[in-house]
Amino acid sequence: MKDEQKPDGIVGRGNREGSDLFRMWFEQLDDAAKKDAPSAYVFVMGSLAEILRVFDFPLVFPEINSLQTAVRRVAHEYLSQAEDYGYSPDICGYVKADVALQIRGGLHPMGKIPRPTLAVLTNACNTYIKWAEIWERMYHAPVFTIDIPGTRQAGRKSHPGESDFERDRRYVQAQLNELIALCQQLTGLKFDIDRFREILDDTNRMNRAWKQIIELNRNHPSVFNALTDGTIYLGVSNGLRGVPQASQYFENLLEEMEYKAARGIGTLVEEKYRLVFVGVPCYPIFRRFNELFTEWGGTFVNSTYLWFASGGANRGYEYDLSRPLESLAEGLLLSVRDAMDSMFHQNLALQEIIAEFDVDGVVFHPIKSCRTVSTGLADGRRALMEWRDIPSLFIESDMMDRRVVSEAQMKNRIDAFFEGLASRKQRAALVG
Amino acid sequence: MAYAAGVDVGSTQTKAVIVDESGQIVSRSLIDTGANVVKAAEKAYQVCLLNGNLREEEVEYIVGTGYGRYRVTFGNTQITEISCHARGAVNMFPKTRTVLDMGGQDTKAIRVRPNGEVLDFCMNDKCAAGTGRFLGAASAALEIPLDDLGPTALKAEKPVRISTTCTVFAESEVLSWLGKGKKIEDILLGVHQSIASRSIGLLRRVGIEEQITFTGGVAKNVGMVAALEQNLGLSLNVSAESHFIGALGAALFALDHILTSRAPIGTREELV
Repeated sequence: MKDEQKPDGIVGRGNREGSDLFRMWFEQLDDAAKKDAPSAYVFVMGSLAEILRVFDFPLVFPEINSLQTAVRRVAHEYLSQAEDYGYSPDICGYVKADVALQIRGGLHPMGKIPRPTLAVLTNACNTYIKWAEIWERMYHAPVFTIDIPGTRQAGRKSHPGESDFERDRRYVQAQLNELIALCQQLTGLKFDIDRFREILDDTNRMNRAWKQIIELNRNHPSVFNALTDGTIYLGVSNGLRGVPQASQYFENLLEEMEYKAARGIGTLVEEKYRLVFVGVPCYPIFRRFNELFTEWGGTFVNSTYLWFASGGANRGYEYDLSRPLESLAEGLLLSVRDAMDSMFHQNLALQEIIAEFDVDGVVFHPIKSCRTVSTGLADGRRALMEWRDIPSLFIESDMMDRRVVSEAQMKNRIDAFFEGLASRKQRAALVG
Repeated sequence: MAYAAGVDVGSTQTKAVIVDESGQIVSRSLIDTGANVVKAAEKAYQVCLLNGNLREEEVEYIVGTGYGRYRVTFGNTQITEISCHARGAVNMFPKTRTVLDMGGQDTKAIRVRPNGEVLDFCMNDKCAAGTGRFLGAASAALEIPLDDLGPTALKAEKPVRISTTCTVFAESEVLSWLGKGKKIEDILLGVHQSIASRSIGLLRRVGIEEQITFTGGVAKNVGMVAALEQNLGLSLNVSAESHFIGALGAALFALDHILTSRAPIGTREELV
């Protein structure tokens, strides 16, 4: 076995270190919960980690807590408990798993989760607002909602320097000032602008590496699987955003991916089909779902999930430390707007990456319990097919609820998709 | 002369087809699937051999398809019924561009290229209300044999509107119409129209392009053909052997394999 492929070698290091950091984060949360220390509940699309870390809030991502119950195959216990409590089977599975978590006093498969002192959210997801109101009622925790202006019209964004953009930025910045005032009031700590700069600098390092890592997947073979490996990276980028270990992690990860790219090391023995994943993963059968594609030699080279679930961090925005708050407002506006666009105006971005990443097919995966990310997928797919004759697959399941995940039905559709891809490749080879 | 076989193990019935080197059907068989899928596949294949007066060693390659395709233990490979129905439909009706396959628990809308390649497809997901199972429920409730449903429905004058979206509830809805004194033929046409409406929804999702070929066991139902044609305003290609089209497609893929494996290396077009 070559040195680089040994367990302690560079290949696979990102997944090992990512898992370690992820566990470390949950251990910190467990510690905070046992001490009944203050914590901030935040979401992946616009977490405001940079401000909250200045005030030493441990960050809780309820979306990640919930999906982890599915990955660890206990989501059904949490969902049933919330439904018994009175929540409808039809609403967001993440919300219901969190409700059960709160009813259980924060007990989670990865450790205890602290109660919220504060909840911070953006309007990127309509459910965030109603979700946070649950904690408001349960714990009387203040809820701070940041309203991010979205793209007014598909394909016509405003850009930094333009008057429309500057108005939006000032609007966001004013809300950040209010958040800082609230944090000062809750913690009794003064906002330390120097510490804020250090945290922004760490996020910059992470974003810079993250963007390059995604771009490295243009290589043949691709250097990471955007669905499985990508989800590990996402966990670190969200949970430890603005923390030095996370910045170092992403720089190490970039080194690993550059190493793999230089040596032609991919994720499969033979990469036959390069795919893009659109939507949220099927966490109840996370590994198996991916295998249904890899068994055919298909791998995911990119994913809209890497965009919106990282709060737009994929765009690699770097904060200007000479004007930190203004720059955070600008970055937040750009990233959350991109995250929203990747749900609602994804076609334009998909068209770009299909060419840039040499994509053979697009997999649309609407999920039953999140209509926010799923509603437009059928239309998006149709628009994409009108734009270009690109094979696509439309399969529905869920991110949390295994009661609506039918592996046999999915396999049938996935097999048919690959049969079509195979036939298409053969035809293309014959033509020339 | 070499032969190729396709075995289509569906939820209700298992079909087998054997073709010769020119792609002509030389034998076919159809049996109820029952609980033992492996035995159903074996039996359908053995009956097919018997019907064609063929020996096992004369069949060079076998493709399994349908939900039970991985239970065709004697088969050489498996291909989904989506690809097989597309291939079989284009073989039977070469101008086919859209296929509607209605089976016991699945309804599929498939857009195809002129060569039979699948362009897009769409299936019922979590509900069997737009499938043959819905007819089975109506047959049980009205105590009318499945084969008589279509002809009875065609006698209707004032079809009722079946509002249910659930096969399980279909039976109680049919009974409630009976309780209101509605004629059996009017209820039955309502059932057919309800299924047709759902199926056309699937067709629209893949895009309707003529010609449309109707396949699967339900294609034998004249009432369903009429309900679909009336709703679509188009006539459908329907073969007397519509329920064998999946197995035929599988047999044709098997034949591809035989023919390409004979071609000199470097010129092979591996399709299976």
